[in-house]
Amino acid sequence: MIYVIPAVIAIVLTVSLAKKMPSYELFIDGAEEGMKIVAGIFPPLVAVLTAAYMLRASGTLDIIISFLAPVTKLIPAEVMPLALIRPLSGSGAIGILTEILNTHGADSEIGRIASVIMGSTETTFYCLCVYFAKTRVKHNLKAVPFAAAGDIVGIITAVILIKLVNF
Amino acid sequence: MNYIWCGMIIVSIIVSVFNGTVNETINGAFEGAKSAVFTVFSFAGVMCFWTGIMKIAEKAGLSQKIEKLLRPVINFLFPNAGKESKKYIAMNMSANMLGMGNAATPMGIKAMQCLDKENDRPLYASDNMCMLVVLNTTSVQLIPTTIIALRVAANSANPFSVILPIWIASLTAVFTAVIFAKLYFRRRKL
Repeated sequence: MIYVIPAVIAIVLTVSLAKKMPSYELFIDGAEEGMKIVAGIFPPLVAVLTAAYMLRASGTLDIIISFLAPVTKLIPAEVMPLALIRPLSGSGAIGILTEILNTHGADSEIGRIASVIMGSTETTFYCLCVYFAKTRVKHNLKAVPFAAAGDIVGIITAVILIKLVNF
Repeated sequence: MNYIWCGMIIVSIIVSVFNGTVNETINGAFEGAKSAVFTVFSFAGVMCFWTGIMKIAEKAGLSQKIEKLLRPVINFLFPNAGKESKKYIAMNMSANMLGMGNAATPMGIKAMQCLDKENDRPLYASDNMCMLVVLNTTSVQLIPTTIIALRVAANSANPFSVILPIWIASLTAVFTAVIFAKLYFRRRKL
């Protein structure tokens, strides 16, 4: 696995050189786009992280987690906030994931489960709204159960992979 | 999101009054705001590095390669979609896989509009439209750049360790969603 990332980078750069492309300028271009993403993430990140830290500091999170106890036999309670907010808001999920990684450690079991959940699911409801917004469709609920099934399976697989297979 | 966010804060404050954790909660708010800055700072460099590399990859023809590889998949998933729709669907899927969400969404919306024109019952979402949305609500990414950058920001010793499980989990999620959708469409036709 250690070789995948350097290999990707090396291949990309070699191909771009072979094609005589302005690799450096393209990189700068791309990095600028990245900066825009980062700038766009910051305000919602402040909003969600303050709320998330307040939720934890006040003890509300513990109350929510104890309510969810039946479900959390399978899914660790600590990642439930992420699973709940992920379908609704991408930046919200980034905020919650940051809070989890900072609190429990990025390499802990919780941290890794949260990372995999983040990677294997999407902002389902946001997506549904955006994609159908410009069409004539008025009844789009048909797609919801399939999309939701995908998210739930993604979450469960994430937990199984980290907990049982111990990647 | 309005209700959730306001709810999170208001409930926290109410609970903190009952729990006697008012001080901790207010400090928590500032703690959170502070960590947002730390996160963004350590996140920005890694993020920009990857979007830079991905830009080169895209221009070097990786997108077209992926689009070519995806053609049979798209033909299977969207059997009765028109040529133009399929073109946008391919671009949407390859942008998603390269992790260029900003590029993927406009392509996806264009694909949706093409599918909308082909839809003979315009008030109801067609099977193809549902399939496209389902594909976009389950993400398969070659390199999950955001997550890696966030893990770097959180001082992970091995930020890449989650890539393989992410691939497996997201592929499982996509297959489940697609199979459910396909089975449902088929059953209704019988």
